[in-house]
Amino acid sequence: MIETIQSLWAAVPEPVQIPVLIVVKILVIVLPLMGAVAYLTFAERKIIGYIQVRIGPNRVGPRGWLQPIADAVKLLTKEIVLPANASRFLFLIAPVLAIGPALAAWAVVPFDEGLLLADIDAALLYVLALTSLAVYGIIIAGWASNSKYALLGAMRSAAQMVAYEIAMGFALVGVLMVGDSLNLREIVLRQAGSPLHWFVWPLLPLFVVYFVSGVAETNRAPFDVAEGESEIVAGFHVEYSGIAFGVFFLAEYANMILISTLASLMFLGGWLSPFEGWAPESWFAVPVLGTLLASGIHWLLAKTAFFLFCFLWFRATFPRYRYDQIMRLGWKVFLPLTIVWLFVEGLAQYFRIGPWFA
Amino acid sequence: MALTFQQFLFYAFAAVLVGAALGVITARNPVHSVLYLVLAFFTSAALWLLMEAEFLALTLVLVYVGAVMVLFLFVVMMLDIDLAALRAGFTRYLPLGLVVAALIVWEMASVLGPARFGPGRVAAPAPHGAGYSNTKALGETLYTQHLYAFEVAALILLVAIVAAIALTLRRRPDTRRQDPARQVRVRRRDRVRLVRMAPERRPAPAASEPGGRTGTEEA
Repeated sequence: MIETIQSLWAAVPEPVQIPVLIVVKILVIVLPLMGAVAYLTFAERKIIGYIQVRIGPNRVGPRGWLQPIADAVKLLTKEIVLPANASRFLFLIAPVLAIGPALAAWAVVPFDEGLLLADIDAALLYVLALTSLAVYGIIIAGWASNSKYALLGAMRSAAQMVAYEIAMGFALVGVLMVGDSLNLREIVLRQAGSPLHWFVWPLLPLFVVYFVSGVAETNRAPFDVAEGESEIVAGFHVEYSGIAFGVFFLAEYANMILISTLASLMFLGGWLSPFEGWAPESWFAVPVLGTLLASGIHWLLAKTAFFLFCFLWFRATFPRYRYDQIMRLGWKVFLPLTIVWLFVEGLAQYFRIGPWFA
Repeated sequence: MALTFQQFLFYAFAAVLVGAALGVITARNPVHSVLYLVLAFFTSAALWLLMEAEFLALTLVLVYVGAVMVLFLFVVMMLDIDLAALRAGFTRYLPLGLVVAALIVWEMASVLGPARFGPGRVAAPAPHGAGYSNTKALGETLYTQHLYAFEVAALILLVAIVAAIALTLRRRPDTRRQDPARQVRVRRRDRVRLVRMAPERRPAPAASEPGGRTGTEEA
Protein backbone atom coordinates (compact mmCIF):
# COMPACT_ATOMS: atom_id res chain seq x y z
CA MET A 1 0.00 0.00 0.00
CA ILE A 2 2.64 2.51 1.08
CA GLU A 3 4.92 1.40 -1.76
CA THR A 4 2.24 2.00 -4.38
CA ILE A 5 1.67 5.50 -2.98
CA GLN A 6 5.40 6.14 -3.03
CA SER A 7 5.74 4.98 -6.64
CA LEU A 8 2.75 7.07 -7.64
CA TRP A 9 4.28 10.10 -5.92
CA ALA A 10 7.62 9.54 -7.67
CA ALA A 11 5.81 9.55 -11.04
CA VAL A 12 4.56 13.10 -10.40
CA PRO A 13 6.84 15.62 -12.13
CA GLU A 14 8.96 17.69 -9.77
CA PRO A 15 7.52 21.16 -10.59
CA VAL A 16 4.12 19.78 -9.51
CA GLN A 17 5.47 17.97 -6.44
CA ILE A 18 6.63 21.08 -4.60
CA PRO A 19 3.36 23.06 -4.74
CA VAL A 20 1.34 19.95 -3.91
CA LEU A 21 3.56 19.29 -0.90
CA ILE A 22 3.23 22.89 0.28
CA VAL A 23 -0.55 22.82 -0.08
CA VAL A 24 -0.71 19.59 1.90
CA LYS A 25 1.43 21.13 4.64
CA ILE A 26 -0.78 24.22 4.72
CA LEU A 27 -3.85 22.02 5.08
CA VAL A 28 -2.18 20.11 7.89
CA ILE A 29 -1.78 23.40 9.77
CA VAL A 30 -5.02 25.16 8.82
CA LEU A 31 -7.54 22.35 9.27
CA PRO A 32 -6.64 21.60 12.93
CA LEU A 33 -6.53 25.37 13.47
CA MET A 34 -10.10 25.71 12.21
CA GLY A 35 -11.13 22.85 14.48
CA ALA A 36 -9.41 24.59 17.38
CA VAL A 37 -11.23 27.83 16.56
CA ALA A 38 -14.58 26.04 16.50
CA TYR A 39 -14.00 24.41 19.85
CA LEU A 40 -12.49 27.57 21.31
CA THR A 41 -15.88 29.22 20.85
CA PHE A 42 -17.43 26.26 22.64
CA ALA A 43 -14.84 26.46 25.41
CA GLU A 44 -15.48 30.18 25.73
CA ARG A 45 -19.20 29.71 26.25
CA LYS A 46 -18.71 26.82 28.64
CA ILE A 47 -15.96 28.45 30.72
CA ILE A 48 -17.70 31.81 30.97
CA GLY A 49 -20.85 29.87 31.79
CA TYR A 50 -19.21 28.10 34.71
CA ILE A 51 -17.57 31.31 35.91
CA GLN A 52 -21.04 32.86 36.01
CA VAL A 53 -22.53 29.76 37.67
CA ARG A 54 -24.43 28.70 34.57
CA ILE A 55 -24.05 25.51 32.56
CA GLY A 56 -23.55 26.98 29.11
CA PRO A 57 -24.61 25.29 25.86
CA ASN A 58 -25.70 21.70 26.59
CA ARG A 59 -28.47 20.94 24.07
CA VAL A 60 -26.70 19.94 20.82
CA GLY A 61 -25.02 16.56 21.07
CA PRO A 62 -23.74 14.96 24.28
CA ARG A 63 -23.15 17.75 26.84
CA GLY A 64 -23.27 20.29 24.02
CA TRP A 65 -20.20 19.00 22.22
CA LEU A 66 -21.74 19.45 18.77
CA GLN A 67 -22.70 23.08 19.41
CA PRO A 68 -19.88 24.61 17.27
CA ILE A 69 -20.88 22.43 14.32
CA ALA A 70 -24.49 23.53 14.67
CA ASP A 71 -23.31 27.15 14.80
CA ALA A 72 -21.22 26.70 11.65
CA VAL A 73 -24.12 25.10 9.77
CA LYS A 74 -26.40 27.91 10.86
CA LEU A 75 -23.97 30.61 9.69
CA LEU A 76 -23.35 28.84 6.38
CA THR A 77 -27.02 28.54 5.54
CA LYS A 78 -27.97 32.11 6.46
CA GLU A 79 -28.33 34.76 3.82
CA ILE A 80 -25.54 37.30 3.33
CA VAL A 81 -27.28 40.65 3.32
CA LEU A 82 -25.66 43.34 1.20
CA PRO A 83 -26.61 46.82 2.42
CA ALA A 84 -28.05 48.91 -0.43
CA ASN A 85 -25.46 51.69 -0.28
CA ALA A 86 -22.48 49.55 0.65
CA SER A 87 -19.34 49.51 -1.42
CA ARG A 88 -19.95 46.01 -2.78
CA PHE A 89 -16.46 44.81 -3.58
CA LEU A 90 -14.84 46.16 -0.43
CA PHE A 91 -17.73 44.92 1.69
CA LEU A 92 -17.18 41.37 0.47
CA ILE A 93 -13.37 41.43 0.50
CA ALA A 94 -13.10 42.81 4.07
CA PRO A 95 -13.67 39.45 5.84
CA VAL A 96 -11.05 37.89 3.54
CA LEU A 97 -8.58 40.61 4.47
CA ALA A 98 -9.31 39.92 8.13
CA ILE A 99 -8.67 36.20 7.98
CA GLY A 100 -5.82 36.20 5.42
CA PRO A 101 -3.09 37.57 7.71
CA ALA A 102 -4.45 35.57 10.64
CA LEU A 103 -3.76 32.36 8.70
CA ALA A 104 -0.64 33.45 6.81
CA ALA A 105 1.26 34.20 10.02
CA TRP A 106 1.10 30.48 10.91
CA ALA A 107 3.59 29.74 8.11
CA VAL A 108 6.56 30.54 10.35
CA VAL A 109 5.28 29.19 13.68
CA PRO A 110 7.44 26.26 14.80
CA PHE A 111 5.45 23.55 16.59
CA ASP A 112 8.39 21.40 17.52
CA GLU A 113 12.06 21.08 16.65
CA GLY A 114 11.94 20.91 12.84
CA LEU A 115 8.16 20.86 12.67
CA LEU A 116 7.31 24.03 10.79
CA LEU A 117 6.26 25.15 7.33
CA ALA A 118 8.88 27.83 6.60
CA ASP A 119 12.06 28.23 8.61
CA ILE A 120 12.84 31.82 7.61
CA ASP A 121 15.39 34.08 9.23
CA ALA A 122 13.18 37.10 9.77
CA ALA A 123 10.27 35.11 11.24
CA LEU A 124 9.64 37.53 14.10
CA LEU A 125 9.49 40.48 11.73
CA TYR A 126 7.24 38.52 9.39
CA VAL A 127 4.79 37.78 12.18
CA LEU A 128 4.79 41.40 13.29
CA ALA A 129 4.27 42.64 9.72
CA LEU A 130 1.38 40.26 9.08
CA THR A 131 -0.41 40.90 12.36
CA SER A 132 -0.21 44.61 11.58
CA LEU A 133 -2.24 43.92 8.42
CA ALA A 134 -5.17 42.48 10.35
CA VAL A 135 -6.52 45.97 10.99
CA TYR A 136 -7.38 46.48 7.30
CA GLY A 137 -10.16 43.92 7.38
CA ILE A 138 -11.80 45.80 10.22
CA ILE A 139 -11.32 49.30 8.81
CA ILE A 140 -12.51 48.35 5.34
CA ALA A 141 -15.50 46.49 6.76
CA GLY A 142 -16.45 49.55 8.78
CA TRP A 143 -16.11 51.94 5.90
CA ALA A 144 -17.67 49.77 3.19
CA SER A 145 -20.79 49.11 5.25
CA ASN A 146 -21.74 52.77 4.89
CA SER A 147 -23.16 52.80 8.38
CA LYS A 148 -22.38 55.16 11.23
CA TYR A 149 -21.95 52.52 13.88
CA ALA A 150 -19.68 50.46 11.65
CA LEU A 151 -17.54 53.49 10.81
CA LEU A 152 -17.24 54.42 14.49
CA GLY A 153 -16.13 50.88 15.27
CA ALA A 154 -13.57 50.98 12.46
CA MET A 155 -12.15 54.29 13.69
CA ARG A 156 -11.81 53.03 17.25
CA SER A 157 -10.20 49.86 16.06
CA ALA A 158 -7.69 51.66 13.82
CA ALA A 159 -6.50 53.98 16.57
CA GLN A 160 -6.35 51.18 19.10
CA MET A 161 -4.41 48.81 16.86
CA VAL A 162 -1.83 51.40 15.91
CA ALA A 163 -1.34 52.32 19.56
CA TYR A 164 -0.85 48.78 20.83
CA GLU A 165 1.16 47.58 17.87
CA ILE A 166 3.99 49.89 18.88
CA ALA A 167 4.13 48.52 22.42
CA MET A 168 3.92 45.01 21.00
CA GLY A 169 6.75 45.69 18.57
CA PHE A 170 8.95 47.02 21.37
CA ALA A 171 8.22 43.93 23.45
CA LEU A 172 9.38 41.81 20.51
CA VAL A 173 12.55 43.92 20.24
CA GLY A 174 13.27 42.87 23.81
CA VAL A 175 12.80 39.22 22.85
CA LEU A 176 15.16 39.49 19.90
CA MET A 177 17.77 41.21 22.09
CA VAL A 178 18.01 38.26 24.48
CA GLY A 179 17.22 35.69 21.79
CA ASP A 180 19.93 37.12 19.54
CA SER A 181 17.92 36.07 16.49
CA LEU A 182 14.78 36.87 14.51
CA ASN A 183 14.18 33.18 13.86
CA LEU A 184 11.44 31.80 16.09
CA ARG A 185 12.97 28.32 16.20
CA GLU A 186 16.30 29.70 17.39
CA ILE A 187 14.54 31.91 19.93
CA VAL A 188 12.93 28.81 21.44
CA LEU A 189 16.20 26.88 21.42
CA ARG A 190 17.89 29.77 23.29
CA GLN A 191 15.51 29.11 26.18
CA ALA A 192 16.59 25.49 26.51
CA GLY A 193 18.04 24.34 29.83
CA SER A 194 15.40 24.68 32.52
CA PRO A 195 12.26 26.72 33.18
CA LEU A 196 14.54 29.36 34.68
CA HIS A 197 16.06 29.91 31.24
CA TRP A 198 12.71 30.90 29.77
CA PHE A 199 12.57 34.52 28.65
CA VAL A 200 9.57 35.21 30.82
CA TRP A 201 11.83 35.86 33.84
CA PRO A 202 14.30 38.41 32.46
CA LEU A 203 11.55 39.97 30.33
CA LEU A 204 8.66 39.87 32.78
CA PRO A 205 7.44 43.45 32.10
CA LEU A 206 7.71 42.92 28.36
CA PHE A 207 5.81 39.66 28.68
CA VAL A 208 2.95 41.40 30.47
CA VAL A 209 2.96 44.21 27.91
CA TYR A 210 3.01 41.73 25.05
CA PHE A 211 0.13 39.66 26.31
CA VAL A 212 -2.07 42.60 27.25
CA SER A 213 -1.30 44.27 23.91
CA GLY A 214 -2.20 40.97 22.28
CA VAL A 215 -5.58 41.07 23.98
CA ALA A 216 -6.03 44.62 22.72
CA GLU A 217 -4.83 43.77 19.19
CA THR A 218 -7.35 40.98 18.86
CA ASN A 219 -10.15 43.30 20.01
CA ARG A 220 -11.03 41.06 22.91
CA ALA A 221 -12.63 42.07 26.16
CA PRO A 222 -11.78 44.23 28.10
CA PHE A 223 -10.51 46.12 25.03
CA ASP A 224 -13.38 45.27 22.68
CA VAL A 225 -14.56 48.83 22.08
CA ALA A 226 -14.47 48.21 18.31
CA GLU A 227 -17.51 46.01 18.85
CA GLY A 228 -18.88 47.81 21.89
CA GLU A 229 -22.36 46.28 21.88
CA SER A 230 -23.64 48.65 24.51
CA GLU A 231 -22.87 51.87 22.65
CA ILE A 232 -22.26 51.12 18.95
CA VAL A 233 -24.31 47.94 18.61
CA ALA A 234 -21.65 45.63 17.16
CA GLY A 235 -19.19 48.07 15.68
CA PHE A 236 -17.51 47.19 12.44
CA HIS A 237 -19.51 44.04 11.70
CA VAL A 238 -22.98 45.36 12.46
CA GLU A 239 -24.01 45.07 8.79
CA TYR A 240 -22.58 41.60 8.25
CA SER A 241 -24.64 38.45 8.35
CA GLY A 242 -24.25 34.77 7.61
CA ILE A 243 -20.83 33.40 6.87
CA ALA A 244 -19.39 36.86 6.10
CA PHE A 245 -19.85 37.56 9.80
CA GLY A 246 -18.61 34.06 10.55
CA VAL A 247 -15.32 34.76 8.80
CA PHE A 248 -14.69 37.78 11.05
CA PHE A 249 -15.41 35.54 13.97
CA LEU A 250 -12.95 32.93 12.70
CA ALA A 251 -10.29 35.60 12.19
CA GLU A 252 -10.69 36.92 15.73
CA TYR A 253 -10.32 33.49 17.27
CA ALA A 254 -7.48 32.47 14.94
CA ASN A 255 -5.68 35.65 16.03
CA MET A 256 -6.26 34.77 19.67
CA ILE A 257 -4.69 31.37 19.15
CA LEU A 258 -1.81 32.96 17.23
CA ILE A 259 -1.08 35.47 20.00
CA SER A 260 -1.21 32.72 22.61
CA THR A 261 1.12 30.50 20.60
CA LEU A 262 3.58 33.32 20.01
CA ALA A 263 3.53 34.27 23.69
CA SER A 264 4.36 30.68 24.65
CA LEU A 265 7.06 30.44 21.98
CA MET A 266 8.79 33.67 22.88
CA PHE A 267 8.40 33.77 26.64
CA LEU A 268 7.56 30.30 27.92
CA GLY A 269 9.97 28.19 25.91
CA GLY A 270 7.55 26.89 23.28
CA TRP A 271 7.73 23.13 23.04
CA LEU A 272 10.37 22.84 25.79
CA SER A 273 9.31 20.85 28.83
CA PRO A 274 9.18 22.57 32.22
CA PHE A 275 10.70 19.39 33.71
CA GLU A 276 13.83 19.85 31.68
CA GLY A 277 17.00 20.57 33.60
CA TRP A 278 15.96 19.74 37.17
CA ALA A 279 14.00 16.46 37.00
CA PRO A 280 16.21 13.35 37.35
CA GLU A 281 17.00 11.45 34.14
CA SER A 282 15.16 8.38 35.42
CA TRP A 283 11.83 10.24 35.13
CA PHE A 284 12.19 10.54 31.38
CA ALA A 285 12.94 6.80 31.09
CA VAL A 286 9.46 5.79 32.31
CA PRO A 287 7.67 4.33 29.23
CA VAL A 288 4.67 6.60 28.55
CA LEU A 289 5.09 9.22 31.26
CA GLY A 290 8.66 9.83 30.09
CA THR A 291 7.60 11.00 26.62
CA LEU A 292 4.92 13.18 28.20
CA LEU A 293 7.46 14.78 30.51
CA ALA A 294 10.02 15.30 27.75
CA SER A 295 9.87 18.28 25.41
CA GLY A 296 7.41 18.04 22.55
CA ILE A 297 4.52 19.64 20.76
CA HIS A 298 2.16 18.77 23.62
CA TRP A 299 3.90 21.31 25.88
CA LEU A 300 3.40 24.03 23.27
CA LEU A 301 -0.28 23.10 23.04
CA ALA A 302 -0.62 23.10 26.83
CA LYS A 303 0.99 26.53 27.18
CA THR A 304 -1.14 27.90 24.36
CA ALA A 305 -4.25 26.48 26.00
CA PHE A 306 -3.30 28.24 29.23
CA PHE A 307 -3.05 31.61 27.49
CA LEU A 308 -6.33 30.99 25.69
CA PHE A 309 -7.94 30.26 29.03
CA CYS A 310 -6.59 33.61 30.24
CA PHE A 311 -8.28 35.33 27.27
CA LEU A 312 -11.62 33.83 28.31
CA TRP A 313 -10.97 34.48 31.98
CA PHE A 314 -10.30 38.19 31.27
CA ARG A 315 -13.53 38.43 29.35
CA ALA A 316 -15.52 37.00 32.22
CA THR A 317 -13.74 39.11 34.83
CA PHE A 318 -12.99 42.64 33.66
CA PRO A 319 -15.45 45.37 32.70
CA ARG A 320 -14.80 47.04 29.37
CA TYR A 321 -12.25 49.85 29.34
CA ARG A 322 -13.43 53.28 28.41
CA TYR A 323 -11.92 54.46 25.14
CA ASP A 324 -9.66 57.21 26.51
CA GLN A 325 -8.43 54.81 29.20
CA ILE A 326 -7.37 52.35 26.50
CA MET A 327 -5.38 55.05 24.75
CA ARG A 328 -3.85 56.18 28.02
CA LEU A 329 -2.76 52.65 28.88
CA GLY A 330 -1.24 52.08 25.46
CA TRP A 331 0.62 55.32 24.96
CA LYS A 332 1.38 56.51 28.49
CA VAL A 333 1.97 53.26 30.37
CA PHE A 334 3.00 50.45 28.03
CA LEU A 335 5.16 52.41 25.63
CA PRO A 336 7.38 54.07 28.27
CA LEU A 337 7.51 50.81 30.20
CA THR A 338 8.85 48.87 27.22
CA ILE A 339 11.40 51.56 26.38
CA VAL A 340 12.66 51.63 29.97
CA TRP A 341 12.95 47.86 30.02
CA LEU A 342 14.86 47.86 26.73
CA PHE A 343 17.34 50.23 28.37
CA VAL A 344 17.62 47.96 31.39
CA GLU A 345 18.16 44.99 29.11
CA GLY A 346 20.78 46.79 27.07
CA LEU A 347 22.70 47.79 30.20
CA ALA A 348 22.45 44.28 31.61
CA GLN A 349 23.77 42.83 28.38
CA TYR A 350 26.57 45.37 28.12
CA PHE A 351 27.79 44.81 31.68
CA ARG A 352 26.87 41.09 31.60
CA ILE A 353 24.78 41.32 34.74
CA GLY A 354 22.74 38.56 36.27
CA PRO A 355 22.14 34.95 35.38
CA TRP A 356 20.45 35.63 32.05
CA PHE A 357 22.75 38.09 30.37
CA ALA A 358 26.07 36.62 31.42
CA MET B 1 13.29 32.27 -23.95
CA ALA B 2 11.61 30.49 -21.12
CA LEU B 3 10.99 32.51 -17.98
CA THR B 4 12.40 31.19 -14.74
CA PHE B 5 9.97 31.09 -11.84
CA GLN B 6 11.63 34.12 -10.25
CA GLN B 7 11.35 36.12 -13.43
CA PHE B 8 7.72 35.16 -13.75
CA LEU B 9 7.11 36.36 -10.19
CA PHE B 10 8.96 39.58 -10.87
CA TYR B 11 6.87 40.43 -13.91
CA ALA B 12 3.64 39.44 -12.17
CA PHE B 13 4.39 41.65 -9.16
CA ALA B 14 5.64 44.46 -11.38
CA ALA B 15 2.41 44.38 -13.37
CA VAL B 16 0.34 44.50 -10.18
CA LEU B 17 2.50 47.34 -8.86
CA VAL B 18 2.09 49.47 -11.99
CA GLY B 19 -1.64 48.74 -12.05
CA ALA B 20 -1.99 49.72 -8.40
CA ALA B 21 0.03 52.90 -8.92
CA LEU B 22 -2.26 53.84 -11.81
CA GLY B 23 -5.23 53.05 -9.59
CA VAL B 24 -3.98 55.49 -6.95
CA ILE B 25 -4.29 58.43 -9.34
CA THR B 26 -7.30 57.32 -11.35
CA ALA B 27 -9.62 56.04 -8.62
CA ARG B 28 -12.54 58.40 -8.10
CA ASN B 29 -12.96 57.71 -4.43
CA PRO B 30 -10.05 58.81 -2.22
CA VAL B 31 -10.53 55.77 0.03
CA HIS B 32 -10.05 53.53 -3.00
CA SER B 33 -6.92 55.52 -3.86
CA VAL B 34 -5.48 54.89 -0.43
CA LEU B 35 -6.26 51.18 -0.70
CA TYR B 36 -4.51 51.08 -4.11
CA LEU B 37 -1.52 52.72 -2.46
CA VAL B 38 -1.55 50.00 0.20
CA LEU B 39 -1.53 47.41 -2.58
CA ALA B 40 1.35 49.23 -4.26
CA PHE B 41 3.41 49.20 -1.04
CA PHE B 42 2.66 45.57 -0.45
CA THR B 43 3.65 44.58 -3.97
CA SER B 44 6.88 46.54 -3.84
CA ALA B 45 7.66 44.73 -0.58
CA ALA B 46 7.19 41.47 -2.49
CA LEU B 47 9.60 42.74 -5.17
CA TRP B 48 12.16 43.58 -2.49
CA LEU B 49 11.79 40.09 -1.12
CA LEU B 50 12.67 38.77 -4.57
CA MET B 51 15.84 40.86 -4.36
CA GLU B 52 16.80 39.16 -1.06
CA ALA B 53 16.16 42.35 0.91
CA GLU B 54 13.87 40.64 3.42
CA PHE B 55 14.50 43.05 6.28
CA LEU B 56 13.62 46.11 4.22
CA ALA B 57 10.62 44.36 2.66
CA LEU B 58 9.12 43.35 5.99
CA THR B 59 9.86 46.74 7.50
CA LEU B 60 8.09 48.37 4.57
CA VAL B 61 5.01 46.27 5.27
CA LEU B 62 5.25 46.84 9.01
CA VAL B 63 5.82 50.60 8.96
CA TYR B 64 4.09 51.84 5.83
CA VAL B 65 1.29 49.33 5.32
CA GLY B 66 0.72 48.50 8.97
CA ALA B 67 0.94 51.95 10.50
CA VAL B 68 1.32 54.92 8.16
CA MET B 69 -1.37 53.87 5.70
CA VAL B 70 -3.75 52.96 8.51
CA LEU B 71 -3.53 56.54 9.73
CA PHE B 72 -3.93 57.79 6.16
CA LEU B 73 -7.05 55.72 5.77
CA PHE B 74 -8.24 56.93 9.15
CA VAL B 75 -8.03 60.56 7.99
CA VAL B 76 -9.33 60.02 4.46
CA MET B 77 -12.37 58.12 5.68
CA MET B 78 -13.42 61.07 7.80
CA LEU B 79 -13.03 63.63 5.02
CA ASP B 80 -16.17 64.78 3.32
CA ILE B 81 -14.84 65.34 -0.17
CA ASP B 82 -16.90 66.98 -2.88
CA LEU B 83 -15.73 65.10 -5.98
CA ALA B 84 -17.39 67.53 -8.40
CA ALA B 85 -15.44 70.45 -6.95
CA LEU B 86 -12.23 68.47 -7.19
CA ARG B 87 -12.76 67.74 -10.86
CA ALA B 88 -13.92 71.26 -11.73
CA GLY B 89 -10.67 72.60 -13.18
CA PHE B 90 -9.55 69.36 -14.80
CA THR B 91 -9.57 70.46 -18.46
CA ARG B 92 -8.10 73.86 -17.64
CA TYR B 93 -5.08 72.43 -15.83
CA LEU B 94 -4.66 69.41 -18.11
CA PRO B 95 -2.10 70.97 -20.54
CA LEU B 96 0.09 72.22 -17.71
CA GLY B 97 -0.15 68.85 -15.99
CA LEU B 98 0.83 67.03 -19.16
CA VAL B 99 3.87 69.29 -19.61
CA VAL B 100 5.01 68.64 -16.04
CA ALA B 101 4.47 64.89 -16.43
CA ALA B 102 6.42 64.82 -19.69
CA LEU B 103 9.27 66.74 -18.04
CA ILE B 104 9.43 64.30 -15.14
CA VAL B 105 9.39 61.29 -17.46
CA TRP B 106 12.18 62.80 -19.55
CA GLU B 107 14.28 63.56 -16.47
CA MET B 108 13.87 60.09 -15.06
CA ALA B 109 14.52 58.41 -18.39
CA SER B 110 17.72 60.39 -18.92
CA VAL B 111 19.09 59.37 -15.51
CA LEU B 112 17.73 55.84 -15.14
CA GLY B 113 17.73 54.90 -18.85
CA PRO B 114 19.66 51.94 -20.25
CA ALA B 115 22.56 54.22 -21.19
CA ARG B 116 23.44 54.80 -17.54
CA PHE B 117 21.69 52.25 -15.40
CA GLY B 118 21.11 49.12 -17.50
CA PRO B 119 22.34 45.61 -16.75
CA GLY B 120 25.24 46.34 -19.11
CA ARG B 121 26.45 49.13 -16.83
CA VAL B 122 25.75 47.75 -13.38
CA ALA B 123 26.51 44.10 -12.74
CA ALA B 124 23.86 42.05 -10.97
CA PRO B 125 24.80 41.44 -7.32
CA ALA B 126 25.88 37.92 -6.50
CA PRO B 127 23.14 35.94 -4.70
CA HIS B 128 23.93 35.14 -1.09
CA GLY B 129 23.91 31.71 0.51
CA ALA B 130 21.21 30.38 2.80
CA GLY B 131 23.02 31.36 6.01
CA TYR B 132 23.33 35.03 5.06
CA SER B 133 21.33 37.32 7.32
CA ASN B 134 20.29 40.54 5.69
CA THR B 135 19.17 41.99 8.99
CA LYS B 136 22.52 41.41 10.66
CA ALA B 137 24.47 42.87 7.74
CA LEU B 138 22.27 45.95 7.68
CA GLY B 139 22.61 46.41 11.43
CA GLU B 140 26.37 46.10 11.29
CA THR B 141 26.81 48.77 8.63
CA LEU B 142 24.18 51.02 10.18
CA TYR B 143 25.78 51.02 13.64
CA THR B 144 29.43 51.18 12.54
CA GLN B 145 30.01 52.84 9.18
CA HIS B 146 26.95 55.06 9.12
CA LEU B 147 26.56 55.61 12.84
CA TYR B 148 26.87 59.38 12.61
CA ALA B 149 24.29 59.79 9.86
CA PHE B 150 22.02 57.34 11.66
CA GLU B 151 22.16 59.29 14.91
CA VAL B 152 21.55 62.59 13.13
CA ALA B 153 18.53 61.12 11.36
CA ALA B 154 17.20 59.83 14.69
CA LEU B 155 17.64 63.27 16.24
CA ILE B 156 15.81 64.95 13.35
CA LEU B 157 12.94 62.51 13.77
CA LEU B 158 12.82 63.24 17.49
CA VAL B 159 12.67 66.96 16.84
CA ALA B 160 9.90 66.35 14.32
CA ILE B 161 7.90 64.36 16.87
CA VAL B 162 8.28 67.04 19.51
CA ALA B 163 7.35 69.75 17.00
CA ALA B 164 4.28 67.84 15.81
CA ILE B 165 3.06 67.38 19.35
CA ALA B 166 3.83 70.98 20.29
CA LEU B 167 1.91 72.25 17.26
CA THR B 168 -1.20 70.17 17.80
CA LEU B 169 -1.39 70.21 21.57
CA ARG B 170 -3.80 72.80 22.81
CA ARG B 171 -4.69 73.23 26.41
CA ARG B 172 -8.34 73.77 27.00
CA PRO B 173 -8.97 74.77 30.59
CA ASP B 174 -12.72 74.18 30.20
CA THR B 175 -12.44 70.44 29.58
CA ARG B 176 -12.89 68.36 32.67
CA ARG B 177 -10.48 65.49 32.77
CA GLN B 178 -10.10 62.67 35.21
CA ASP B 179 -6.97 61.93 37.13
CA PRO B 180 -7.01 58.19 37.84
CA ALA B 181 -4.47 58.61 40.62
CA ARG B 182 -6.80 60.96 42.43
CA GLN B 183 -9.74 58.69 41.75
CA VAL B 184 -7.94 55.81 43.35
CA ARG B 185 -6.76 57.84 46.32
CA VAL B 186 -10.22 59.04 47.21
CA ARG B 187 -11.54 58.05 50.63
CA ARG B 188 -15.07 57.73 51.87
CA ARG B 189 -14.91 60.80 54.05
CA ASP B 190 -14.06 62.95 51.00
CA ARG B 191 -17.32 62.10 49.35
CA VAL B 192 -19.88 61.16 52.00
CA ARG B 193 -20.54 62.75 55.35
CA LEU B 194 -22.70 60.82 57.76
CA VAL B 195 -24.58 63.12 60.04
CA ARG B 196 -26.17 61.99 63.25
CA MET B 197 -29.50 63.64 63.81
CA ALA B 198 -32.61 63.10 65.79
CA PRO B 199 -35.50 61.44 63.93
CA GLU B 200 -38.00 63.90 62.65
CA ARG B 201 -41.54 63.54 63.79
CA ARG B 202 -44.16 63.86 61.09
CA PRO B 203 -46.81 66.37 62.11
CA ALA B 204 -50.30 64.99 62.49
CA PRO B 205 -52.22 65.23 59.18
CA ALA B 206 -54.69 68.05 58.93
CA ALA B 207 -58.32 66.94 58.99
CA SER B 208 -59.24 68.28 55.56
CA GLU B 209 -57.20 70.46 53.31
CA PRO B 210 -59.03 73.00 51.25
CA GLY B 211 -57.18 72.27 48.01
CA GLY B 212 -57.77 68.50 48.09
CA ARG B 213 -54.75 66.20 47.44
CA THR B 214 -51.34 67.79 47.31
CA GLY B 215 -48.56 67.01 44.90
CA THR B 216 -46.29 65.47 47.50
CA GLU B 217 -48.79 62.82 48.40
CA GLU B 218 -49.06 61.79 44.79
CA ALA B 219 -45.33 61.22 44.48
